[in-house]
Formats: sequence, structure tokens, C-alpha cells
Amino acid sequence: MLAMNYRGPYRVRADEKPMPVILHPEDAIVRVTRSCICGSDLHLYHGMVPDTRVGMTFGHEFCGVVEQVGPEVRNLKVGDHVLVPFNIGCGKCHFCQQELFGNCHESNAQATAVGGIFGYSHTAGGYDGGQAQYVRVPYADVGPTVIPDWMDPDDAVLLTDVVPTGYQAAEMGGIKRGDTVVVFGAGPVGLMAAKSAWLFGAGRVIVIDSQEYRLDFARHFAHAEVYNLREIDDMVVFLKKQTDSLGADVCIDAVGGDAVGNGLQWLFGTKLKLEAGNAIALHWAINSVKKGGIVSIVGVYGPTGNMIPIGNVVNKGITIRANQASVKRLLPRLIEHIKEGRINPKAMITHRVPLEHVADAYHIFSSKLDGCIKPVLIPNAA
Amino acid sequence: MTKALVDTAAIPGWGVDADPENDPTYPMRHIEHQQDRGLTWERPTQQHPKVEILRSIEHNRLPAVVGTSTPPAGLSGMIRRVAFRRSESDWWHWLMLMGADRLNVVEGVVEDLAKGKVPNIPAELGWKSEWQHNQKGVAKKAGIAVALGAGLFLWSRRSKQRRDEEVAGPHSLAAEAAAERAQ
Repeated sequence: MLAMNYRGPYRVRADEKPMPVILHPEDAIVRVTRSCICGSDLHLYHGMVPDTRVGMTFGHEFCGVVEQVGPEVRNLKVGDHVLVPFNIGCGKCHFCQQELFGNCHESNAQATAVGGIFGYSHTAGGYDGGQAQYVRVPYADVGPTVIPDWMDPDDAVLLTDVVPTGYQAAEMGGIKRGDTVVVFGAGPVGLMAAKSAWLFGAGRVIVIDSQEYRLDFARHFAHAEVYNLREIDDMVVFLKKQTDSLGADVCIDAVGGDAVGNGLQWLFGTKLKLEAGNAIALHWAINSVKKGGIVSIVGVYGPTGNMIPIGNVVNKGITIRANQASVKRLLPRLIEHIKEGRINPKAMITHRVPLEHVADAYHIFSSKLDGCIKPVLIPNAA
Repeated sequence: MTKALVDTAAIPGWGVDADPENDPTYPMRHIEHQQDRGLTWERPTQQHPKVEILRSIEHNRLPAVVGTSTPPAGLSGMIRRVAFRRSESDWWHWLMLMGADRLNVVEGVVEDLAKGKVPNIPAELGWKSEWQHNQKGVAKKAGIAVALGAGLFLWSRRSKQRRDEEVAGPHSLAAEAAAERAQ
């Protein structure tokens, strides 16, 4: 089968690889119909995530048709068109019982801090991902969800990560009616966080990014006030002036370790990799939120450390909330939102690329070329 | 709350998910309703992998399901095995893994060549799309590269000339002195 093949930082290609097989009674084999490249895939692509091995197939946002099921699979049958949450959850462990499906304790041998994630390095379990014609899906009765007949598969594939991650970012913000919410990052997750902030009753939503085309998109897609960080001398002073000098009620970091906007963080985090990525967005979030406010983090960082003003977290009495999205928990509500027309995720898809051209798709997304917001790979078998 | 620039009434679904009960502990609070606090559970069937799986020493047992992509191999695999003797809290664990990742890139090229495949690195880097969508940028980068290359070439040539002059200088003086003595 054809699959994306990681060859090193900034180097990927499509190669023939062996077909996946059932390795566990709760496994399924899924023929992929759509597979997105996620902003967090770029952290892997840029060589920022430890234990990313050459030869691995990325891809944690995909949907497809069930081709084969293991003997203990009860809820899925061959031929079902399913969307597959990015996190691999057993549904039984201490964490899954609390609907923390992103923190499963039975799916990642290499680390305890994070549950298994499809195609996201061995730090997240060493599973090949869905940027391929076929993929092995463990715990097939837990995560995969049959796509409703009325739903566009383009919406479905975005329900595997981007939509729930953005939604949970707003949910973790504990937004109260009328709150001012600042979202750092106008990538797909930031866009969904801004869009979701309104659903929780925000009174004002501000989006910060460095790319003008993305800010334009945020203005229309998420009804947000937008500001380009390249035009702002001091981000924190600017946001304080925007919020009666007190700061925002809620700040959301939807950027993670690939941020721009600070030379020192860029040097230590992005280039020298002495930090777990460039943490300037989180730095700004902590310093821009009001005292007693909430900082919600969904941006992805590596597992080591970052330079952030933790002293100000204490002094300001800030609550920090963060997690990998619990996709399975959020799906019923998000499907309802799409059905009711409150959100329209597929509007974010700007590029459809055959799997054979995966290297170009990664480069376009990484370098922010051609107005790229969200690229979707279409495997041959689709 | 600060001034709103958007009429929230015009936003589809505004406030439908507002939840005054959403406190910072959600959803961990549900643990209180479980008799045994969920600390034990009926484990899924154990997978028995046929490839080497490196396990975090913070795990007391192998998780029921594991990923089997790209088992550790070669020199990078040896480094990874050493790294996994240390916990996730130890910086050396991660630094060794990052080092192994970089070495693994070289191993990947060697592996390709051993299979008779010369990796098309410009294609893998996506340079075709760079040319398609950013010709100005490519021209600018090429211009900078040419200018740097030319500068480097001129500088090295000038340095070589200086070295030659320095070497030739004393010889030439010595030759002149010898010639004078001979006369």
C-alpha cells in the first residue's frame, strides 16, 4: 500500500509499505478516505518531537471504511464509514473511565504522560498513522464513530482532532457570558477555538497571528477581532490597552512550540531545541490574562521544558488548564453543532492533495504558501 | 468584560454551551462518584508484540496495546535503548532520543542506498511546491546563496593570494640576498 514515509526533518515521501494487519483482538483495519495534515504534524516534520523515527507514517486525523475487524470488536462492522479520533483510548482504564480518552493508560508503552496517538512518534506510542491507504486502528469499539449519513466526510475528518481540540480549548477556558477571550494562533485549531468561544457565551473574541491571510480568514470564519503580531511592538501592553488595562478573562494558546515573535525563544526553542519549542505564545497568554483568569493550552510542546513566567502564574492567581482533546467525549455535542449549522468545519479546507504528493503538501502547509489553512490528503484507494 | 465589537445576537449558537458549572477540575470531578476511584480496571486483552518495544520505566507493566511501527535498530536503536533506562522526567532521556533521531536520518539515507534507491531529497523537501507558489522567495534565496557563494569564493581566493605572497616574500628576499652575495 502507499503511505507517507518520514525520512528526517523537513523530508517526507510517499512509499510502498506492507499492509497493516490485526495485531490485537480489538483492532480494525480501516481503508482511509481522507487524512488531514495537522498543525501538530508540523512539530514532527520540523524534528521537534523526540523519538520520531525514520520510516514512520504520520497522520492522526483521518476517516475511512472498515475493511477488517478483530474477534473482540462488537460495535463496528466491515463497510462502516467511520471517523477515528486521534487519541487511542481503551475505554476501561482509570483515565478513560473519566472520559479522559486522550490520557489512556493502556495505549502508550513509551511514555506515561500522554496516551497513544496515531502517527505521532514513539513518544505517543509508535503507531503508524492514517496518511496511508490503510491503517491499523486499535480499540476499534471505543474511539471510531460511524459517520452519520447526512454528514459531509470533509466535516467528519475534521471532527477527529481540529474541531474537538478547538472546542475543548474554549471549554477549558471556563468562559462565562460576556468574557473577553484572546486566542493566540489562527491555524485551524485556533479558528475553531475562536468559533467555539462564542458558543460558550464570550462577549469578545480576539485572535492574534503573524499571517495576514489567516487573520482575514479568522475575521470572517470566526467573527473575531484580529491583530497581526508583526505590527505590535509589545503584545502584552497592546492587549492590556484593549482590555481596560486589566487583561483578558481567558487566553488560549493554540500555537504551541512552532510559534514566532520572539528572537530568544526562536533561538533556544526553534533552532537550538534547548527548549521544548518556542513558548512565546504561552508567555504572552500568561502575561495578558487578567489576575484570577484562565489560560487554556492546546498548543503542542515537546516533553522537556520551556521558558515561561511561572512566577506570574503564582502572583496573578492564574488557573492553567490543558489537555489533549477528549474527542470521544465531545463528539455527540459537536455532531449536533454541525447538524444545527452552528459550525461549518469544512470551510477551513483549502487544499486537497493526492497522497503521492505528500511532500509538497507538507511543504505548502509548513511554509504557509498558497493561502493554506488546512490540507487534506486523498489516498488512491479513496 | 470589555467593549464588544461584534453583535453576538448575529452569531449562530451564541451562548448555547455556556455552563456555569464548568469549573477548572472538569471532568476529573466525576471520580468522586466511583466506588473504587477507578484505580483498578478490567484490563483489555494483552497484545504480544513480535517486535522490540521500548517501555517507559514509569510504567509498571506493558500497556495492553502497543504500536509496532519502526522498532529500534542500528546505532540509533542502541542509543534509544540506553535512553529508556531513564525516566520521562530526566532530560538525558529526551536528549538521547533527539540525538538518536538525528543519527537515524543518516541511517535512513544509508538504508535507501543499500536498497539501490537514491533518495530524491529536493522532492522530499517539497521544493517543487516552493517553486510553484513562491518564485520570488526562491529567486531571493538563490540570489542570497549566489552572493554568499561568490563572496566566500572571492574571500578565499584573496586569502590564498595573501598566503602565497607571504610565503613567496621571504624566499624572494633570500634569493635576492644570495644573488647579491654571489656578485
